[in-house]
Amino acid sequence: MSQGRSGAEQRLVTPGMAIGSLSGMRVGSGAVTHNGEIIATKLGWVREFNGTISVDPISSPYLPRSGDLVIGTVAEVRNNLWFMNINGSFQGLLPMSLAPWKVEFGQARQHMNVGDSALARVQEVDECHNVVLTMKGVGLRRLSQGAVVEVPVNHLDRIRGANNANLDRMKDVSDCRIIVGENGRVWVDGDDMGIAWAREALEIAKEHGHKEGFDSMMKQHEKKLAKKGDA
Amino acid sequence: MGGYGDVQLLRDDGLRLDGRKLDESRPVTIQAGILPAADGSAMVTHGLNVAVAAVYGPMEAHPRKIQRQDRAVIDVRYNMAPFSTSDRIRPGFNRRSREISKVTAEALESVVLVERFPRSKIRVEIEILAAEAGTRCAGITAASVALADAGIPMRDMIVGVASGKIEDTVVLDLDKAEDNYGQADLPAGILPNTGEIAFLQMDGDLSPEEFDLAMEYNFKAAKEIHEIMVDALKARYEGGDN
Repeated sequence: MSQGRSGAEQRLVTPGMAIGSLSGMRVGSGAVTHNGEIIATKLGWVREFNGTISVDPISSPYLPRSGDLVIGTVAEVRNNLWFMNINGSFQGLLPMSLAPWKVEFGQARQHMNVGDSALARVQEVDECHNVVLTMKGVGLRRLSQGAVVEVPVNHLDRIRGANNANLDRMKDVSDCRIIVGENGRVWVDGDDMGIAWAREALEIAKEHGHKEGFDSMMKQHEKKLAKKGDA
Repeated sequence: MGGYGDVQLLRDDGLRLDGRKLDESRPVTIQAGILPAADGSAMVTHGLNVAVAAVYGPMEAHPRKIQRQDRAVIDVRYNMAPFSTSDRIRPGFNRRSREISKVTAEALESVVLVERFPRSKIRVEIEILAAEAGTRCAGITAASVALADAGIPMRDMIVGVASGKIEDTVVLDLDKAEDNYGQADLPAGILPNTGEIAFLQMDGDLSPEEFDLAMEYNFKAAKEIHEIMVDALKARYEGGDN
């Protein structure tokens, strides 16, 4: 989102607004064509990039795509699979065969029970929005400590920053391990003070992530922890 | 509606009882994003009407029998609070709220890109906190601002507007007295950018000429209210750049 911005051309549009004509432009996400005109379908900022005109939405539901790293919570357990809430419209299905453990039929509950959080990857999404998750992969595991914070999906790019700069900075300042899931959930683990600071930082991102002054707000917030540490 | 011929609704100077001109709407204010728990929300005041709309979803449609394999269903629940009128309303669904929920859902389905969310449900809750004629229009306006706030893709926003006839004169935006003692009421849901009509109802009788004039008033009001809707959505995200 932060890449490819074209400065003065940024404008906020609402659904139904004409954002350009079809001549020579391709239609990107958040827009449709109607009578030779390109119409915004979401509330957001217009972006023109490489001949494609699209709308970066201000708020949008999480739509899973295969390969996404997500943080899910177990919603239901069956004999041989788990249903995980991944903050999307539909629950993700984690079959026994894609779990990182050797699970006997009927023993699924002993590895992960309802309410547990886990780091998983989206294996497959079909046209009916059925989501299959996998926990086979480097770093994919059950999250047994730390805190999970929810943030708007469309603010994730701002939280990460260019080349993960903001995220790395957040990790350095709070001295926490932080993992950002594509589904708008962020896992934070470290000492109490670090977690508290990171949660506040994410709260700022939630409220002000779309604003121009976001970066300076985060800088201010960084100073707070430094002060606390001194005292 | 109709049948109370001796009630005077137009003053001798040609204005209406509350001093409005024939083609003048009641004041409208809109606020977006008022409910923190909802995915999108809005509050609309239209004259003395107060409507709050909350949008949740898209989520998996339950029970499964209501799921559509190729698109989302929109589940609208319109409800008037017991304290919204001077006579207490018995809480819960009634014939009228069912009808309004149904027509609102059908109107919204025509603008929301429902085919993007197969097997899903989008829940729209409309609560009328204060009522003074024209609550379905205020409800639809609130619902479309809330849907936009929730980031649900739509072809256009719907503006709820109404015109009617009092003392054989077509007027815009009936208030309570005009609705109760007038001759006709013509609520409409208008897509301001494309000029399409998403829903249209008529209570009472209008001649073809009167109907045309009433719709002309409706389109004019829709344009004005649409600007307020856009401003409300922009105000919510003031200071944003990307």
